[in-house]
Amino acid sequence: MSNYQKSEIDESLTAELYSPLPTNRKLFTYGMNAIAFGFTGLALIPLLSILWEIFKRGISGFKPEMFVKSVIDYGFGNAILGTITVVAIASLLSIPVGILTGIFLAEFGQSNFTAHSVRFITTILAGVPSIVVGIFAYGVIVLVTKSFSAIAGGFALAAIMLPVIVLTTEEALKLIPTDQRLASAALGGTRFQTTFRIVVTSALPGITTGILLAVARATGETAPLLFTALFSLDWSAGLLSPTASLPVLIFNLYNDPNPEKNQLVWTTSIILLGLVLCVSVFSRLITSNRKIKNN
Amino acid sequence: MANSSESDNFNSSLQPNYSDEHIELIAKDGMNFWFNQGFTWLVYVFATITVLVLFSMSWVIFDEAKPAIIQFGIGFLWGNDWDTGNQVFGALPYIYGTLVSSAIAILFAVPIGIAVALVTSENFLPQSVQTTLGFIVELIAAIPSVIIGLWSIFIFIPVLEPLQKWLASNFKWIPLLNSQDPVGTNMLTAGIILAIMILPTMAAITRDVFIATPKELRTASMALGSTRWETIFRVLLPAGFSGIVSAAMLALGRALGETMAVTMVIGNSAQISASLLDPAYTIPAVLANEFAEAEPGLHIGALSYLGLILFALTLMVNMGAGLLVQWVSKKNR
Repeated sequence: MSNYQKSEIDESLTAELYSPLPTNRKLFTYGMNAIAFGFTGLALIPLLSILWEIFKRGISGFKPEMFVKSVIDYGFGNAILGTITVVAIASLLSIPVGILTGIFLAEFGQSNFTAHSVRFITTILAGVPSIVVGIFAYGVIVLVTKSFSAIAGGFALAAIMLPVIVLTTEEALKLIPTDQRLASAALGGTRFQTTFRIVVTSALPGITTGILLAVARATGETAPLLFTALFSLDWSAGLLSPTASLPVLIFNLYNDPNPEKNQLVWTTSIILLGLVLCVSVFSRLITSNRKIKNN
Repeated sequence: MANSSESDNFNSSLQPNYSDEHIELIAKDGMNFWFNQGFTWLVYVFATITVLVLFSMSWVIFDEAKPAIIQFGIGFLWGNDWDTGNQVFGALPYIYGTLVSSAIAILFAVPIGIAVALVTSENFLPQSVQTTLGFIVELIAAIPSVIIGLWSIFIFIPVLEPLQKWLASNFKWIPLLNSQDPVGTNMLTAGIILAIMILPTMAAITRDVFIATPKELRTASMALGSTRWETIFRVLLPAGFSGIVSAAMLALGRALGETMAVTMVIGNSAQISASLLDPAYTIPAVLANEFAEAEPGLHIGALSYLGLILFALTLMVNMGAGLLVQWVSKKNR
């Protein structure tokens, strides 16, 4: 009975409980919503602006013969060839080492001390600034061969690609169910047969994606090439002489007063940006599809 | 009786059967055995190569820096002069520029990165829009640094310059903004460009941290009557704090080593000025500008010494972040 006497207080309390949020909490919600969406919008502006401006400024001066002329003749043929050479050398050096180290991390004692240290060192390696890698390649190749060269550039890029390939290979191999390994072992497969015929074969799309990402990253790298592959205005004389590349072309010529050279910089940027973005969009789409399927 | 005979059978089946000596479960020869053995060796050797890359890197750079280390010792760190002609080298302006530009970048990138991570992990928007947004932000990481530099020189700085001129003329009394007629290539611009470049790192890792936070915590907070933002501030951010800190450290590591875009926008003037609107210089920038033309000997040595300092700085930051990540994942497990 006494409860009913207090009913007035209870009603107001109920009313408060059922009412929409008090003004200050409502304001906080709306304010924070606005800030979060505003910041996200702000984050998107640079990318959209870069894509739009590079395309707009670069497309006007584009001529198909630029692909076969060297920088001296206002083309970027030698830079494309140089980039391909340097990245190919880097891939040759880093892909075998990277895949086998990835196999080591995923297949040989995933949680013992050695694997932990190798994994830790690989993550540290991934964080080393690319210009520092350039100093390393300068010391190992340029000082020994006494010449700036495509090989030195390729060596530097290999050190940058290596941790990317190791870590993505490990991730790809980890996605393969243990049952498949056990099945192979039960049929008498050795570790070599299990790894190569079963695990690596099933993980091949994932490993390829990792390699593509590493190649895309290496293609856009400028800093380690500045004092390893250096640059050349004309076609490179060979693997042991200075070699042009697309990113270094942009860096060397962006301040050039010659309007024709300036145009060349923007057109080269379209090629480089297109190359890098296509590869990384493509490989990311593949991985996101795979993740959804596995869930 | 039945029981004992069963256990006898069981025991005898556990014993290896020596009667037929030709059966070998573990082969010690044959082609497959040697393939297997060789493969194991190969994997170990290549894993060792990966490890050796990091150690030989430190050794080679130390070796190249030796002339300067012998000449200047630890005093190189606070030496203020960089005179190629007189062979006097000091690192302080470069260290200062590297640290301050990265600090500005972190200051901008952390709140924006957290906002992007929240928008792409909370259920503000439909799943497909979230994924697309996250994807677009992560694409920034794929853009070559030199192209971001090109964009900032020709498109971003002309937009930013009037704002900086206005700041410099109206807020002269703040030492941070006290500059005579800023020209656009300065510390603040470099910091903002760096912030754009490290944003994907910050956003992606923070997003993973939020997604990994146990659902129960959020549900409990919601059940007690918190709004979404109260849940975020009182539950999500404190629970993910160490993860967010390690994301910021990884992003800082990126910012410290970023070369091309910074070289193009920071103004490349080796001075220590309190004002953010004055040009500055960073370690990666001076390496990019001078290394290819440097004389062997003390100049290369001094530049390598700078590289060694940068190496040590990023190593400390990245190792700290790596250890923090390992600690966090162990705690969550």
